[in-house]
Amino acid sequence: MSSTTTAKEPFNPKLRRRVDDQGGQQLVECNLVEAITLTLAQEMDLDDRVMCLGEDVGLNGGVFRATDGLQARFGEQRVVDTPLSESGIMGSAIGLAMGGMRPIPEIQFEGFLGPAYDQLCNHAARYRTRSRGAITVPMVVRVPVGGGIHAPELHSDSPEAIYAHQPGLKVVMPSTPLDAKGLLAAAIADPDPVIFFEPKRVYRLPTREWIPEDRYTIPLGKARIVSEGTDLTLVTWGASVYQALAALDALPEDVSVELIDLRTIAPLDRDTVIESVNKTGRCVIVHEAPKTCGFGAELSSIIQENCFLHLHAPVQRVAGFDTIMPYYKLELEYLPDSKRIVEAVQQTLAY
Amino acid sequence: MATATAPDHASASKAAKRPADQLPDATLIGWLKDMLLIREFENRTAQAYQQAKIGGFCHLYTGQEALAVGTIAALNHDDPIVTAYRDHGHALARGMSPEACMAEMFGKSTGCAKGKGGSMHMFDRPNWLFGGHGIVSAQNALGTGLAFAARYEWEVLGQSVEGGEAKKKVALTYMGDGALNQGVLHESMNLAGLWSIPVIYIVENNGYSMGTAIERGTTMASDLRKKAEAYGMRGEIIDGLDIVDLYNQFKPLVDWCRQEQRPAFVDLKTYRYLGHSMSDPQKYRTKEEVDQYKAKDSIDRLASQLMDTSTDRAKANGGRPVLTEQAFMDIQSQVKAAVQRSLEFAENSPAPDVASELYSDVYLNPMKNLSPIADYTIGAKNPLL
Ligand SMILES: Cc1ncc(C[n+]2csc(CCOP(=O)(O)OP(=O)(O)O)c2C)c(N)n1
Ligand SMILES: [Mg+2]
Repeated sequence: MSSTTTAKEPFNPKLRRRVDDQGGQQLVECNLVEAITLTLAQEMDLDDRVMCLGEDVGLNGGVFRATDGLQARFGEQRVVDTPLSESGIMGSAIGLAMGGMRPIPEIQFEGFLGPAYDQLCNHAARYRTRSRGAITVPMVVRVPVGGGIHAPELHSDSPEAIYAHQPGLKVVMPSTPLDAKGLLAAAIADPDPVIFFEPKRVYRLPTREWIPEDRYTIPLGKARIVSEGTDLTLVTWGASVYQALAALDALPEDVSVELIDLRTIAPLDRDTVIESVNKTGRCVIVHEAPKTCGFGAELSSIIQENCFLHLHAPVQRVAGFDTIMPYYKLELEYLPDSKRIVEAVQQTLAY
Repeated sequence: MATATAPDHASASKAAKRPADQLPDATLIGWLKDMLLIREFENRTAQAYQQAKIGGFCHLYTGQEALAVGTIAALNHDDPIVTAYRDHGHALARGMSPEACMAEMFGKSTGCAKGKGGSMHMFDRPNWLFGGHGIVSAQNALGTGLAFAARYEWEVLGQSVEGGEAKKKVALTYMGDGALNQGVLHESMNLAGLWSIPVIYIVENNGYSMGTAIERGTTMASDLRKKAEAYGMRGEIIDGLDIVDLYNQFKPLVDWCRQEQRPAFVDLKTYRYLGHSMSDPQKYRTKEEVDQYKAKDSIDRLASQLMDTSTDRAKANGGRPVLTEQAFMDIQSQVKAAVQRSLEFAENSPAPDVASELYSDVYLNPMKNLSPIADYTIGAKNPLL
């Protein structure tokens, strides 16, 4: 029942736009959060079933301004300000999705998934199975995630492994504006519930990027090879991609590292990881979440199950510590930085 | 079961002394001083935030001072309280030193939570403050549990777990109006009503939950006592801008909850002058609205009451005001100096020591050698352990 696009004003006219030299494609210059807002607007333009709900998403445009301008364009019925009520938001989004809509609830920070956990994991994730395929929950839960913005615990955590552990949920975490746009469009089109984690540290960093304005999708479950290499595979996702890039810069030129950005945690692009490690024989995994039972543990297991005879060194993890995310002065000690990544890479190479 | 109707305060005869009338002048002057301290503390906190000395999120209490000071004044020192993240006022009113509070926000090791919690996490166990909380409304269940413990101590143990005789206590759990809409409040109130737990749920009703006006977020906003009625507890509406009136209505309620070991719910009307946090464009309200409330400022109101020569207090004082202009100015400069000291203290305090603090206080016994991060790279011991 998707409505066709009527010629509409371009969304957010303040963004710079130009036509690409070669193909004549329309480009728009965005940071990560602007790419998300633009995608939401485009998907809502295309399909009236798509709607947003959450705390202060309408009038105020969201705590990180990710829904800024949407209520003005689509009205209060499609961009719904809710009371402070995460369980209610999540549960009613599930109901909306079961009833045929394409809801996109926003949870303001990852820590506030707590009150919504029951609805998400005990209901959304299980409806397809429970109804043996008769009822599905096509919703996208948007959640800013991760540390590095000087915020305290509950506003700085990285719980992706918790949700990747729950069968029935898909977990996505883009790191660039280009990926954010394509992955969000794919998530909205996906027939199952997706948690779309947005790394808040890089919402407006490092720079704006020119990306295609027209709708495109990037399939869920497909990693991105950021740079090709032959000596070692570095696997990461979300904001840590930028720490990994800084580490690559800091390494001697003759070290050839293959950097993989997973982009989707669940479903996982095992093939890309396995193929790369079989080629390089060495792997370092980087993530912000505490090391114990972090998603690095799963990756490391998959690698030893599939790449055992190709490995020249144990797989290493550079991760957050097994402690509650500390506030402010200790935050940078907690987060994996390029120095720790470089050390781990060098030790793995020298093993 | 207790009735949910508000007691009729108007009928309390004029002649009968109201609770605040029985307090010595010094107590009321103390309230004024505490309110001024909070106001000054928040002003300087805002400055320090703008200078990037304080990180993350910071929610100021400016405008709401009478509420924390007036309600805490009605308690015993060992009645437990919990609150949300707008917690500097409660911490100071409960007796936390401005130094410990400011240093916490600066992320310094001398802060009340060793600089590891920040603005939203003021904890002061010796003063029975069980913390500020970042998950809206979660503290309501915790406050219910604290009151349950107090009742259990008195009823079952017959003595205090800290030694000495058990006594009847009341716990206060503060929340913003936004917290009304979370399921956990309703579960908590149901338990408290069902089991007769001596907890008072205080809605610091400043009219807004971030950018959402109360009527846009909660049902029955014009008479929240209906929610209390549904859970079988006494509900009251109290004006939180006049600290003397507030105390006069709140103190008897606390005494009743303590005596009867029953819960209650209070819609305490207040107003925040500043944005929700430090970055709030405030599109949801007008400047006129803010100014209207500023004209009813609780600090000005108490100061002028105390300086008035026509009040009963002044008359009892031989026609001299309880507070002279000079005494008022002295208090103001004392308060300024105290807050200045707290800033200097915070500034000069050391940051938490990485090696000893990053990994501490997760468990009592961290079992260093068993930690999966003992070796954080191959062959290299984690320098933090
Ligand atoms: C469970 C949860 N959801 C959302 C938030 C984000 N948030 C922090 S404060 C706030 C508004 C709360 O307003 P209110 O309870 O009225 O307290 P006030 O700020 O007015 O003191 C919101 C939505 C949170 N901290 N916790
Ligand atoms: Mg409020």
